[in-house]
Amino acid sequence: MNALLKHRLTWPVLALVLLLVLNQLFRSDFLSVRVQDGHLYGSLIDILRNGAPTILIALGMTLVIASRGIDLSVGAVAAIAGAVSCTYIYNSPDPTSLRTAAIGVSIAVVAGLALGLWNGFLVAVIGIQPIIATLVLMTAGRGLAQLVTDGQIISVSNDPYQAIGAGFFLGLPISILIAVAAFAVAGLLTRRTALGTLIEAVGINPVASRLAGLNARTITWTVYVFSGLCAAIAGLMISSNVTAADANNAGLYIEMDAILAVVIGGTSLAGGRYSLVGTLVGALIIQTLTTTVYTLGIPPEVTLVFKALVVIIVCLLQSSKARTLLGKRKRPLTEQAEVKVAV
Amino acid sequence: MSVLTRTPAPQGRTRISRLQGKARYAPTLATVGLFLAMFAAGAIMYPGFLSGQVFLNLLIDNTFLIVLAVGMTFVILTGGIDLSVGSVVALSMMIAAALLQAGWNPIAVIALVLLTGATFGLLMGLVIQVFEIQPFIVTLAGLFLARGLCYVISVDSITVTDPFFTAMAQARIPLTGNLFIAPGVVIALVVVAIAFYVLHQTRFGRTVYAIGGGESSALLMGLAVPRTKVLVYGISGLCSAIAGILFSFYSLSGYSLAATGLELDAIAAVVVGGTLLTGGYGYVLGSLAGVLILGIVQTFISYEGTLSSWWTRIVIGALLLAFILLQKLFSRKVKLT
Amino acid sequence: MNEIVPVVDMNNISIEFPGVKALDGVSLRLFQGEVHALMGENGAGKSTLIKALTGVYAIDGGTITVMGVQHSFSTPAEAQAARISTVYQEVNLCPNLSVEENILLGREPRRRGGIHWREVRRKAKDVLEQLQLGHIDPGSILSSHSIAIQQLVAIARSVQVDAKVLILDEPTSSLDSDEVQQLFTVIRTLRDRGVAILFVSHFLEQVYDISDRMTVLRNGKLVGEFMTRDLPRMGLISKMIGKEMDALAELEEAESRREPDRSERVPFVQAENLGRKGSVQDVTVAIHAGEILGLAGLLGSGRTETARLLFGADRADQGQLRIGGTARTLRTPRSAIDQGVAFSSENRKEEGLISDLSVRDNLVLAMQASKGWLRRVPGHTQDQLAEKFIRALDIRPANKDALIQNLSGGNQQKVLLARWLITNPKLLILDEPTRGIDIGAKTQIQKLISSLASDGMSIIFISAELEEVLRLSDHIAILKDRRMVADIPNDGVTMEDVMTIIAGSNA
Ligand SMILES: Nc1ncnc2c1ncn2[C@@H]1O[C@H](COP(=O)(O)OP(=O)(O)OP(=O)(O)O)[C@@H](O)[C@H]1O
Ligand SMILES: [Mg+2]
Repeated sequence: MNALLKHRLTWPVLALVLLLVLNQLFRSDFLSVRVQDGHLYGSLIDILRNGAPTILIALGMTLVIASRGIDLSVGAVAAIAGAVSCTYIYNSPDPTSLRTAAIGVSIAVVAGLALGLWNGFLVAVIGIQPIIATLVLMTAGRGLAQLVTDGQIISVSNDPYQAIGAGFFLGLPISILIAVAAFAVAGLLTRRTALGTLIEAVGINPVASRLAGLNARTITWTVYVFSGLCAAIAGLMISSNVTAADANNAGLYIEMDAILAVVIGGTSLAGGRYSLVGTLVGALIIQTLTTTVYTLGIPPEVTLVFKALVVIIVCLLQSSKARTLLGKRKRPLTEQAEVKVAV
Repeated sequence: MSVLTRTPAPQGRTRISRLQGKARYAPTLATVGLFLAMFAAGAIMYPGFLSGQVFLNLLIDNTFLIVLAVGMTFVILTGGIDLSVGSVVALSMMIAAALLQAGWNPIAVIALVLLTGATFGLLMGLVIQVFEIQPFIVTLAGLFLARGLCYVISVDSITVTDPFFTAMAQARIPLTGNLFIAPGVVIALVVVAIAFYVLHQTRFGRTVYAIGGGESSALLMGLAVPRTKVLVYGISGLCSAIAGILFSFYSLSGYSLAATGLELDAIAAVVVGGTLLTGGYGYVLGSLAGVLILGIVQTFISYEGTLSSWWTRIVIGALLLAFILLQKLFSRKVKLT
Repeated sequence: MNEIVPVVDMNNISIEFPGVKALDGVSLRLFQGEVHALMGENGAGKSTLIKALTGVYAIDGGTITVMGVQHSFSTPAEAQAARISTVYQEVNLCPNLSVEENILLGREPRRRGGIHWREVRRKAKDVLEQLQLGHIDPGSILSSHSIAIQQLVAIARSVQVDAKVLILDEPTSSLDSDEVQQLFTVIRTLRDRGVAILFVSHFLEQVYDISDRMTVLRNGKLVGEFMTRDLPRMGLISKMIGKEMDALAELEEAESRREPDRSERVPFVQAENLGRKGSVQDVTVAIHAGEILGLAGLLGSGRTETARLLFGADRADQGQLRIGGTARTLRTPRSAIDQGVAFSSENRKEEGLISDLSVRDNLVLAMQASKGWLRRVPGHTQDQLAEKFIRALDIRPANKDALIQNLSGGNQQKVLLARWLITNPKLLILDEPTRGIDIGAKTQIQKLISSLASDGMSIIFISAELEEVLRLSDHIAILKDRRMVADIPNDGVTMEDVMTIIAGSNA
C-alpha cells in the first residue's frame, strides 16, 4: 500500500479517475460506450480521438524534455505538416486517390523530420538554448505554413486522408491507434535499447556524459528529430480530422498542453528521468479536462480559472512535499534542493 | 504589440563552466554591439531611420516590455521562469479600467493594481517554494488564472476616460531639439535603474545570483534562499502590474485578450540580452538591450511596409535567428581574446 | 577539562533514510579550544552527523545542545546564526560568482544601504592572505579555478567569520602538503583563540598531527571517544573497520614493485610537446604497456590539464600524439576512448556522477557509450557486472539499484573507478582516484592499480599526495607552471628530489 502511494504514477492516475467520475456524476451516460455502424462511440472514445494529437506530441516532447531541452515549435510544425500535405493533395491531378494521400502524407512526414533536424542542429551543434532555438521555428513556422497555403484555408476531400484523423479500424479511431502504436514503438525503442538511459544521462549531467564517451550531440539531435516526426503526424491528424489545413489555428497552443501533460506525468522539466506512461496519463488528463468543461456546462468565462485550479490541484497531489507537509514526516532538506538546482 | 507569436516556455541549459573574467559580460556586450550594428544597418537601408526620435520611439513603444523584462530577469537569474506576466498585464489593465469606470480615484487604482500584481506573484512564489512544484507549471497555471479572471471581470473591452490616464497617454516630455519621450519611458528607465541597484548593490540581489549558480549550495551557505525565491516572483508580479499600468497609459483601455503572448517576448528579450535560462548569468541592462533589439526588428518590419503577414513572421524568426547566431559568434571571439 | 560544558553536545542522534539507518544513537561532544577528529570508514555516517548538526538534515531522534541551549536547526542559516561555520565535503559554492563574493556572500559589508565592494575586496584579500593564497585574484570567477582552489576558497569562507565552532568535512582531500600545513597553521591559531574545531579526514598523519581528541563511528554507530595521544594508529584503524586488520602492513605490501613490461618497444602513448593555449604546454611523455606514470607538481601546475589533453576532453593545439604507434588527433573523449584511453575525473560531482541514475546505470555507462545506443548491455550482464564490482571494490551499500547521489563520497568514487574498469582500457588516467577514500579502501585501490599494471594496463596516476605517487609510479613526470619540466624514472626518488626539481627548474 505504501509503495503504491509512493509510486509516481499513482496520483496522476487517481486524478484522471476522479475527473472521469466527476463527468459521470453530471452526465450518467458519460462512461458508456456504444457500438454504432461497427464503430465504438461515446465520450470516452471522443476523448481518445480528440486527444490523439496531444498525446503524440507529448510523446515526442517527453524525450526532448528528458534530454534537458524543450520544443516550442511543435504547434508550428503540425501546421506546416497539414499545410504541405493538403496543398499537395489539393493541387494534384487526382485529389481523391489513395496514392495522392500517401504521397501527401510522406511529404508531411519528411517535412517534420527536416524541421526536427533543423531544431536539433541549432541546439546540438550550434549550442543555442533550446527554448530560444525552437522559438525561432515557432515564430517563423506558422508564417511558412501560411506561405505554403498562400494564406488560404485549403480544404481537401480525400477519403484515405480523412481516415487518419476521423476513420475507424476494428471499431477504434485510427488516430488513437496511431498514437498508441507510436507509444509502443517509442517505449520499445528507448527501453529495449540503451537510448532511454543515454537520453536521461545527457539530461542529468551533459558534461559527465561527454566524459563517459557518450555522443551527446547525436542523442540530442535524435530527440528533436523524433519530436518533429511526432508533431508532423499530429498535424496530419488535425488537418485530416477537419479535412482542411488551417495554417493559423492548427495546433495552436498544443505545445503548452503537451508540456503540461509531460510534467503532470511526472517528468521533470530539469531533464533526466522520464516516464512515457506518465505522459500518456497526463495527456489524457488534459483532454478529459477540456471535455469536462463542456460536460459540466462551465461558462466560458471561467473555463480558464477552472483549468488553472485543476492543474494546481493535480500538481499539489503529486508534489511529495505537499504530502509530507500533510503527513508531517521529516525529510532531508537538500534531497530536493539538489535535484532542483537546474529547474 | 507582440513581436513573437503567442505561447510561453521553460528552460534549457547551456553549460558555461569556465566563463572567465571579462568574458562574463560577453553576451551582454554582444547584444549592445549588435543593437548598434542593426541601427546602423537600418540607417543605411532606410532614409529617415537615422534619427534620435526613431531610437526614442523604440523606448516609447516598448515601455511595458522593458518593465516586464526587468521582472523576468530576476526570475530567470534564479533559474526560474514566469509565464504569467502577459496575463497579469491584462488583468492589471482590466482591473484599472473597471475601477476607473466605477469612478475610483486614479491614484488609488494604481496602488491597488500594483498591490494585486505583487500579491499574485508572491502567491505563485509561495506555491513554488513551499510545495516544490516546478515554476513553469505554477506560473502556467497563473497564466490561465489571471487570464480567466480577466474574462470574469468583463468579456468586452472597457475604455478608459479618466483624465489622469488620458493626460499620461498624451503627455510628451520634450528633450533637446525636436526630440521627445513619454512619461512611461521615465518610469521604465527608473525601474531598470532600481533593478540594477538591487541586483548589484544589495545582499538580496547577490542571493538571486547565488541561487542561480547553485540552489543547494546557496542553501548550505546559509543564504535566505526560500525568502528570495518567493520574492523574485513577487517582483515579477509587481513589474507585470507596473507594465499593465504603462500599457493602459498607452492603449487607454482594458481588454481580456490584451497582451497575449507577451510573456514570450519578455523571455526572448531577457535571453537575447545574454541571460542564461538556467540562471546565475546575466544583467538587467542586457535585458533592456534585448527589448530594444526586439523593438528594432519590429521597426524594420514597419519600414519594409509591404510584407504580407506571413512574411512578417518569417522575417521576424529569421532576424531572431540571425541575431542569436551573431551573438554566439561575437561572444566566442571576446572569450578568446 | 571534563568539567567544562561542551560547546556542542550531540546526544543519541539517529537519522534514517529510506532503507538505510545512517546514524543510530550517535553522540558527539566538542569543547572550546580543541581540534576534534571525526573518524570512520566511507559511509560510516560522518557527513551525515555534520549535516544533522548544521540543520541540513532533520534528526529522527536525540538532542543537540549548543552552548548550553538545546537547538534543532532547520536550516544551515540558523546554524550559522548560532556561530557554527561549516565546510561541507563537496564544494558548495557558487561557480558563477567571483572568489571574493563566494567568501563573503550573505555577510557583505554595507554602507548607506549598498554593498561596500571595496571593503568586500579588502576582507577577501585579508583572509586569502591569511591562508597564503594571496596569488588568487579575488575578482576571478570561481569556476575558472581547480577543485583544490575551490576547496581553499570554501575554507576561506568558513574561517572568515568569527565562529565559535568550525566544522571541516574532508577539507584536505585535494590539497598538497604545503596547503595542508597552511591550513593547519590557521586551525591552530583558531584553536588557541578558543574555537572548537571538528575535523574529518582519511589521512591518519594529518589527524594525528592536528587533533586532540577523536570520535570514531562505524556503520552509523558510535564506537567511542578517545584522546588522540592515547590511541595508537593501529588501534584507531581496527576501531574504524571493526576487526584486527593490519592495513598498514598491507600498505607495505602494495609497495612491492612490479617490473613494467618494456618488451614492446613502441610505447602505447607517446606525446611530444603536446599543449593547448591557456591550458598546459610541453607535455612530452611515453607510456609503455604495464607502466605507471605519476604526475607530480604543485596545485595548479597543470596535472589535470595534462590528463584532459591526453583524453581529448580538451583539444590539443600544439605538438603530436601517437597512440599505439599511430599519430592521432583527439577531438572528443569519444575518440580517445575508442583508442582504449579512459579518464576518471577529479571532479566527481560535476564531471563524473549522473546523479539521478542508479549505481548500476552509472557503472555500465562508459561501456554502454562504447557499444552505442543500439546494442544495449543486456540486463543480466549489467546486474552481473554491477554485483561483481560492488563486491570487488566493497561498495556500500551493496545495492546496485541505489541512486548514486545517496552514496557517501568515498563510495561514489569507487563506482566511478569501476565505470572505467568495466571497459578494460589500455590506458587508464586516474585523476585523484583516492580522494576521500578511507584508508582500507585506499590500500585496496593502490593494490588494484599495481595489479592492473602487472596485467599490462598503462596507468597515469595523479594525486596531490606525493608519497602515493612515489610509491606507485614507475616514472614520474613533473609539472610546473603549466609546463612539463621533467620526466624521471622512479628509482628511489624521494619527495625532496621532486621538490628540488620543482624549485630548481625555471623553465
Ligand atoms: N540523502 C541520502 N539518502 C539516502 N541515503 C543516504 C543519504 N545520504 C547519505 N546516505 C547514506 O548514509 C550513509 C552515511 O553516509 P555519509 O555520507 O554520512 O558517510 P561518510 O562517513 O561521510 O563517508 P565518506 O567518508 O565516504 O564521506 C551511507 O550509507 C550513505 O549511503
Ligand atoms: Mg562524508
